[in-house]
Amino acid sequence: MTTVIGVEGVNKTFKIHHERNQSLKERLLHPRTGRTEIFQALQDISFTVDAGETVGILGHNGSGKSTLLKCICGVLQPTSGEIRLRGNLAALLELGAGFQVELSGRDNIYLYGTMLGFSKKRIDEIFDEIVAFSEIGHFIDTQVKFYSSGMYVRLAFAVAVNVNPDILVVDEVLAVGDERFQAKCIDRIRRFQQEGRAILLVTHSGDQVRALCDRAVVLDSGRMIANGDVADSLKIFREALMRDNVAHEDVGNTGEVSIDAVTTASGAFDVKTGAAMRFDAHITSATAYSGNLVMEIFSQGGVLVSRTDRMGSPVNLRPGANVVSIEIPNLPLLDGVFDINLGVVDERGSNVIAWSEKIASMQVSYGGREGGLVELGTLIRQL
Amino acid sequence: MEDAIAAANASHDLTGAPVRVVSARIGLGRRLSNLWGRRELLRNLITSDIRIQYKGSALGIVWSMLSPAFTLGIFFLVFSVFLKNGIPNFVIYLFAGLVVWNMFFSGVMSATSVIVDRAGLVKKVSFPREILPLSNVGSAVVYFLIQLGVLILFTAALRHSPDWKFLLVLPLAFANLYFFTAAVAIVMSALTVYLRDLKHLTAVALQLWFYLTPVVYSYENSLAPALHKHGLTALYFMNPITLIVLTFQRTFYVSTTVISTVSHQPLTLLPTWGLAAFAERNLICLGFMIGLFLLALSIFGRLEGNFESEL
Repeated sequence: MTTVIGVEGVNKTFKIHHERNQSLKERLLHPRTGRTEIFQALQDISFTVDAGETVGILGHNGSGKSTLLKCICGVLQPTSGEIRLRGNLAALLELGAGFQVELSGRDNIYLYGTMLGFSKKRIDEIFDEIVAFSEIGHFIDTQVKFYSSGMYVRLAFAVAVNVNPDILVVDEVLAVGDERFQAKCIDRIRRFQQEGRAILLVTHSGDQVRALCDRAVVLDSGRMIANGDVADSLKIFREALMRDNVAHEDVGNTGEVSIDAVTTASGAFDVKTGAAMRFDAHITSATAYSGNLVMEIFSQGGVLVSRTDRMGSPVNLRPGANVVSIEIPNLPLLDGVFDINLGVVDERGSNVIAWSEKIASMQVSYGGREGGLVELGTLIRQL
Repeated sequence: MEDAIAAANASHDLTGAPVRVVSARIGLGRRLSNLWGRRELLRNLITSDIRIQYKGSALGIVWSMLSPAFTLGIFFLVFSVFLKNGIPNFVIYLFAGLVVWNMFFSGVMSATSVIVDRAGLVKKVSFPREILPLSNVGSAVVYFLIQLGVLILFTAALRHSPDWKFLLVLPLAFANLYFFTAAVAIVMSALTVYLRDLKHLTAVALQLWFYLTPVVYSYENSLAPALHKHGLTALYFMNPITLIVLTFQRTFYVSTTVISTVSHQPLTLLPTWGLAAFAERNLICLGFMIGLFLLALSIFGRLEGNFESEL
């Protein structure tokens, strides 16, 4: 496999001026005033992305993921280290930053396309495709300043994905547009994956990473704390998040709750579709704690099948060992292996106190003929 | 389906694709080749620049000629009619110099604040940043060519033919003008990010600079003897615009010595150098200008590292 992105020992420091003296007079009169603090945004980051791989970059706000992305896109220069890129790169960062609102959509397609590094000839070839994808229609010759914000973003997205870059960098832009447009974007990303292009997806949504990525890199305060398998990385990401919650929230007894194991009466995790599934979660808590228990079920394809209400399952943990019983009366899942994540969140459902990724996998067997993920028992009758 | 994917994979072999490196320093050679690689972007930026400038205005691109025409008219009125400088066909002399000055002025003025003005773009999209000031210089070149066309029509209408053999030196003088304007524009655009005052300072400095250049007066007829006496001639010629303006004036105005329309005495307006001397001086100047341009690019490279945090 060819390496398309090679990040080698990248460091990035910022100087933060506490008093901004940007006028000449200020600089001449007070050359030394104003403290300058050095902030290390990235610390010795190294990883590679091969052609055809989709890699997620996970991190909470301020972890340095946007800085890393800007370095990879070449918007920022690393303070030391280097990044090698093979092939064309298109970044879906801040869509439409290169637009000139006074110009028409048509002119902007050419301007933005060349800004991304593509030739006029190439843009000529795919012009119609871009217009079709953006769904702008006959407004293409209207000045961009009259576009709605949705049209603006759609046009930018259409240019970036239709120029067919070798490397696509996506930064939390999948939230743009209506649901149908989003589905179209995800579709396009999947097609990119099939065509063997490399994709770098930056997000703080674990679900998106699970659904799209082959591998994930986790950043925490500028350091790379994980680089590998999606499930492992997500686990580390959640743990890091939890650590931060402890640091920020001062909830006294947090961090001392842990989910140790999940057991069933029979010891096995086999279940038939439609049958009841019951298991016990063993939770140790250092002190008494009242919160909510959350369970997520994922298919092997990384699709979130179900997540319980974050505020709907209160548990009152006693100091020491606790057992919480979880029951699904009649499991509607079709055959396959499903992963279970368990977590304890606070009463408001906003902070994760303990999390256990992939604590168990259940094997569902199904005798019927329905296909997909769930059994609906659909009845079809001719009238 | 599988086959289609396999085919797509096969067609998507990147082994031979060029490798780009993002690192703390970009060498001058790479900087130049990056610029050359993005010449289409430069062209697009120039055309969009010009279109935006005149979008929605009734006269459109005609404005690019109207305002220089007014300046020309005012200078003519002041220096030839009110102050009676006695230079025959002064309007051609003035026009030849103004064409050069206008390009330098508009290129530098618009480029000075371009990086600050387009901070949104600079912080979000990756491209060689020096393309922004260069696109301003590019627009200035377009207006320059339009004005040059008007100048040629103008001299033809007055039946004042240029010195044909000097047309050979003109491209050389233009190259000097381009590289000098570009060098100043590139450095100023980067410095303004750190010192916002430069935008206003540049406007003032350019005003002074204009009068240090023999556009509205004749160097030979006014300053030359005094400067020569104190051995300061070289200092005056440190201003590269002077040589360029003189070359343009020599080409289009032609006569180096004329009879004053006021005192009826002979006036020496332009240096009496021959074609070879003009060519030689412009060539030497070109060497310096290209050096200056490269220096400007590397200064820009030094300064651009912190753009993101300063903008």
